[in-house]
Amino acid sequence: MSTPRTWRPKPFIENPKLRWSITIGTLLYMLLALGSVEVNWMRVYEGLDRGLKFVAAFAQPNFTGRWTDISEGLAESLVMTVVSTVIGIIVSIPIALGASRNLAPLPVYLFCRSIITISRTFQEVIIAILFVAIFGFGPFAGVLTISFATIGFLAKLLAEAIENIDPSQAEAVRSTGSRWWQWLNYGIQPQVMPRLIGLSLYRLDINFRESAVVGLVGAGGIGATLNTAFDRYEFDTAAAILILIIGIVMFAEYSSSAIRKRVQ
Amino acid sequence: MPIEMNSQEKIWKHRDRKTQLTHWALWFFGTALFVWCWQLVSEKTEWFFVLDAPAIAADIGSRMVPPRWEYIDKLWVPLWDTLNIATLGTLLALVLAVPVAFLAARNTSPSPTLLRPIALLVIVSSRSINSLIWSLLLVSILGPGVLAGIIAIALRSIGFVAKLLYEAIEEIDENQVEAIKATGASRSQVIAYGIVPQILPTFVGVSVFRWDINIRESTVLGLVGAGGIGLQLQASLNILAWPQVTLILLMIFLTVLFSEWLSAKARHAII
Amino acid sequence: MLELKKLGKRYRTGDHALKEVDLSVPAGQVLALIGPSGAGKSTLIRCINRLVEPTSGDVLLHGESLTRLRGGGLRKARRRIGMIFQEYALVERLSVMENVLSGRLGYVGFWASYFRRFPQSDIDTAFSLLDRVGLEPMADKRADELSGGQRQRVGIARALIQNPELLLVDEPTASLDPKTSRQIMRLITELCTEHKLAAIINIHDVALAQMFAQRIVGLQAGSIVYDGDPEGLTPDVLTQIYGEEDWTAVRKRQSSDSDQDVTDLEENL
Repeated sequence: MSTPRTWRPKPFIENPKLRWSITIGTLLYMLLALGSVEVNWMRVYEGLDRGLKFVAAFAQPNFTGRWTDISEGLAESLVMTVVSTVIGIIVSIPIALGASRNLAPLPVYLFCRSIITISRTFQEVIIAILFVAIFGFGPFAGVLTISFATIGFLAKLLAEAIENIDPSQAEAVRSTGSRWWQWLNYGIQPQVMPRLIGLSLYRLDINFRESAVVGLVGAGGIGATLNTAFDRYEFDTAAAILILIIGIVMFAEYSSSAIRKRVQ
Repeated sequence: MPIEMNSQEKIWKHRDRKTQLTHWALWFFGTALFVWCWQLVSEKTEWFFVLDAPAIAADIGSRMVPPRWEYIDKLWVPLWDTLNIATLGTLLALVLAVPVAFLAARNTSPSPTLLRPIALLVIVSSRSINSLIWSLLLVSILGPGVLAGIIAIALRSIGFVAKLLYEAIEEIDENQVEAIKATGASRSQVIAYGIVPQILPTFVGVSVFRWDINIRESTVLGLVGAGGIGLQLQASLNILAWPQVTLILLMIFLTVLFSEWLSAKARHAII
Repeated sequence: MLELKKLGKRYRTGDHALKEVDLSVPAGQVLALIGPSGAGKSTLIRCINRLVEPTSGDVLLHGESLTRLRGGGLRKARRRIGMIFQEYALVERLSVMENVLSGRLGYVGFWASYFRRFPQSDIDTAFSLLDRVGLEPMADKRADELSGGQRQRVGIARALIQNPELLLVDEPTASLDPKTSRQIMRLITELCTEHKLAAIINIHDVALAQMFAQRIVGLQAGSIVYDGDPEGLTPDVLTQIYGEEDWTAVRKRQSSDSDQDVTDLEENL
């Protein structure tokens, strides 16, 4: 018996046919995809100048020029964030209960799961367009949009948490002869509460960022102001808005991680 | 302590007085804040329109069916563009996110006082700003088109990927790194043999996850001119061609479901 | 007092966990149910308070059938039957007191339990039970701060505050060390005598069963194969229940094991 003299690392995909077809397929796709990206280089060249202006604007953001617009837009965004997060949480909880296979009968489960799927599939802006068409321009459509998006996120993750509880704790509460609501309150709720609080805080943060976007389609918030600034090429105002958004998100993340540590 | 003696009997309360008061105060202020915010929203709302909403919704609904199936011929190219925006954008983001993650991780950052805060700032800025806003900016700089979409997706994804990646780097098992260092390996060899194998599963998982999210995001970038099926959606909405809108929404729904299925498959296969 | 009549359970997977079990337990009797894993011990006691739905037969408590009860009737029956669990099954994020009081859930309304406003009489009972199991100073600790033995004591208090007529005990010592196991078993049997309770104790430790139970029932593949005194558990009978094994050796090793462990164990009561 001879010892092998060469050694090569084992390939990630062992079957050579599959390995080669995946490699060639990927290369082919990359070629086709890159080939189909049409770039107007002249336009890009002209744009570079504006790009530099934008970068420069970040160094000198203009908060004062349109301060009334900015402050009103930001206030509206914050207000929308609060309202939509609260509504989203209130609606998500029953849907999460319905979407947990260990609590709900099959028809309820399927119904709640399909609400979650629809909410998760469509980007908020698409929902916002439809709601603006139905409810008219303004923050109300935005609030509904973000609440609806919250449901897809919160109900799904909460339902997962409920499905992963320790069933023996819930069983023990059931064996005392508790009612269904008492069982929920003593057997389930304590187990998922930290997760619910953590997810809600996280969602508050996401909802603020979303509230900056729905304004682009007329659903209220800072997005409209931002859109105008870009349309007028007022990069210094746009930079000011973006800096404020980043600052608020940083603050929200910092405080929510502090709160999450407390409720563990 | 919530247990108090009251002449003969022991009283038990769920919370002691101070926590109970804080508890009620928090609820009170929370509710007050919500009501106040709700009133602000309500003031800016035309309740007349909202009351009319069921009728409008029914009207739009009836216009939306049946979908205009012939229109699908015009959707294949935009769908292809959408897919490319998401995929190329994700790839670009991965390339850029890896160095940012190594700079941001406490245990690999070459300069914790200068470069690390910068990397963290890059991450939070990228995460704070929605890809649609990035597109708005890029369309204004580069002009409309797929390129703006790709870069927008990449800019938004850098923060997401880099954040999850640097957290994974900070949680690696230092013993393995030490063992590689002990062999006399250079800095880049330590990274390749000691760190990369430990974070590779996270990296792959995060990439696939982000690609899935990016498919969803790239469906709307066209609304601000950054290419993809959103362009068709915008055009159809502008001329109130509701049957086309239905078809587009249906196609988006199917694409997203498909990408979700594919990414779940890929995650299972790799991890 | 408790009577099982041809009780059977077949799971949807096809497992025939219980086959026509007949058993009657008089008031005040402590009965140990032994048998190999998968013999149906756990299913049997869960069929009594219907945490598992039996598929055939009947359960009578004081002559009243439990298998046909629904809703409120079932809840009333459950509160008459206390249950103690393997791995304690305390609600870990609730305090010791809340866990004990959760045994009163069948007696108080939803809002009272939601705001934790239990009648003072319940709270008095809770304190005296905690005192009895030696945990009064722990009342406001969270359940997940306790040691295994302490948790099981809370579990016992939770079952007893239901003011039950029957205790169902599912592997109470499965995750405890030998010394704590004995203490817990002693506590359970003492409390049964004090409160004149009947108990069915699932237990895999034959030595403990013999030490503390008045009657032993051996279950094998869903059927009763032994029913009698602890003294009647001869190696032959054990072989019938568990299969071939050198039983004298096993029992000797078990006892020496526990003696050795006892010395270096700390249990803070």
